[in-house]
Amino acid sequence: MKVTDKDVAYVADLANLDLTVEERVHMLRDLNSILEYIERLSELETSEVAPMAQVSDRYGVDETRQGSDRFAYAIREDVKDGLRESLPHEVAVENAPDTDGTFFEVPKVIER
Amino acid sequence: MSGLTIEDVRSAIGAKRTTASGLAQDFYTRIRKEDPEIGAFLTFCEERALAQAERIDAMAAEGLALPPLAGVPVAIKDVMVTRGVRTTAGSRILENFVPPYDCTAVARLEAAGAVILGKLNCDEFAMGSSNENSAYRPVHNPRDKSRVPGGSSGGSAAAVAAEMAVATLGSDTGGSIRQPASFCGVVGLKPTYGRVSRYGLIAFASSLDHIGPFARTVKDVAVVLRTMAGRDPMDSTSAEVPVPDYVAELEKPVKGLRVGVAKEYFGEGLDVEVRAAVEAAIQKLAELGCEVVPVSLPHTEYAIPTYYIVATAEASSNLARYDGVRYGFRAKANTLSEMYRRTRDGGFGMEVKRRIMLGTYALSAGYYDAYYLKAQKVRTLLTRDFDEAFKKVDVIAAPTCPTAAFKLGEKVNDPLAMYLADIYTVTANLAGIPGISVPCGENHEKLPIGLQLFARHFDETTLLRVAHAYEESRKPL
Repeated sequence: MKVTDKDVAYVADLANLDLTVEERVHMLRDLNSILEYIERLSELETSEVAPMAQVSDRYGVDETRQGSDRFAYAIREDVKDGLRESLPHEVAVENAPDTDGTFFEVPKVIER
Repeated sequence: MSGLTIEDVRSAIGAKRTTASGLAQDFYTRIRKEDPEIGAFLTFCEERALAQAERIDAMAAEGLALPPLAGVPVAIKDVMVTRGVRTTAGSRILENFVPPYDCTAVARLEAAGAVILGKLNCDEFAMGSSNENSAYRPVHNPRDKSRVPGGSSGGSAAAVAAEMAVATLGSDTGGSIRQPASFCGVVGLKPTYGRVSRYGLIAFASSLDHIGPFARTVKDVAVVLRTMAGRDPMDSTSAEVPVPDYVAELEKPVKGLRVGVAKEYFGEGLDVEVRAAVEAAIQKLAELGCEVVPVSLPHTEYAIPTYYIVATAEASSNLARYDGVRYGFRAKANTLSEMYRRTRDGGFGMEVKRRIMLGTYALSAGYYDAYYLKAQKVRTLLTRDFDEAFKKVDVIAAPTCPTAAFKLGEKVNDPLAMYLADIYTVTANLAGIPGISVPCGENHEKLPIGLQLFARHFDETTLLRVAHAYEESRKPL
């Protein structure tokens, strides 16, 4: 597997990055060198091995149960009086680059 | 104030030989003198520090019992959010970000009496092994300023090494606490996954990220861990496992404990002086009555490729939130899509972009099974290696890094060479087991070398005990 210019452009697009021409050249070289190194994983036979997404899967998971019941250990008690307090509105927008005080403002989304 | 430990500070304040306020001022004076050449601090929070110091002094004046970290000057890696104190993650994209809440670990240290002096430099979003990826400035190793302090928690290690804080917090996703601890000659602990809440830790790779302490002694690291460990309802991956009194257990003899040594950690690429120092340390553990047992961790050579898939895949998802809408830097643009791109292009540095690209590629249609799913399966194999080894031994001893600290600029243009600096540390993150780096000597250039120890999940007690016994054995009689 070899990454091409086209792949770099496609992946940058997925990642919401433009990248300069120079950055694309570096990216092509670096991704290929790293992926070549990563290729060695294919030496391992893993068809019978279960994937591991989380260390915490090892603790408290009840394998005898199905679906989300397996993760019963992580379920929180319902809060009696409504939801846990959230950030006050004015605090939540304090770091916004552009706000009218109620909403986050962004450039126009729909072109006329 | 040289060589101060947590207990020195607490007892001096309790006995009114010093005040927390005076001590905080002394540390700021020292930082202003030393740090321009080191670059460990990005932001100071003097007002918050002095208000806390005054509270501690008031308690001491009233003769009240002082909390465990009373008046202890600490500093925090800038990837942990602090209410009202700018938090950058070492990135331009968060240059002016002032968080509205506190990271749980930070809040717990402060509740235990710690005086938070400021925020510490690091690689951007904790991505790096030399601290050269900081968007602000590189950190210089206090032991040799032409060299890197390690990364990504380079500022945290350097601040302790240069005695600009008694203890610091760092984060470790692939070795980012242990590797800089080794390079700077201090103690650094990565606890078990789930031992310390990640709430308020700016996410890099959520299944691998850990918060942990740096200090000059194993005992101080144990004290800090004890104050911040334990279940936090704000982090559903924090474990409901009781927190032992690590300090009380430290002095128990280590005689009869089994120390595993895996040949996979002593192979090609290991510097001869590092090897000699680590082997001497293992010999020392044998002299203390530990039984040295050979173990095998056969999948070790696959750890780096596995890590760089899992970590970058998670990062590509976690860093999608930086889009210029709700907080952080926003680039000028005419359309929303253009704004996202220009913001991310202008706000992220090259290494962050590289990892987002690699992670996005690994998760993209057609490559998911070959890369991401494959890496998750190998992660299972790497974890099983440790499960098997820990049936035979109580701890495993290894080098923390293949070499001592390298020169600034040495690896900056070779990402793969930089990634290989983490070769002995990433596996503990994938498996979630605790790991510690303890100084175990110096090379011919007087650069520190680190001994790394691993233990079973949630067995920080044994890990710290062995590390402490080793540390004590090195003290001159």
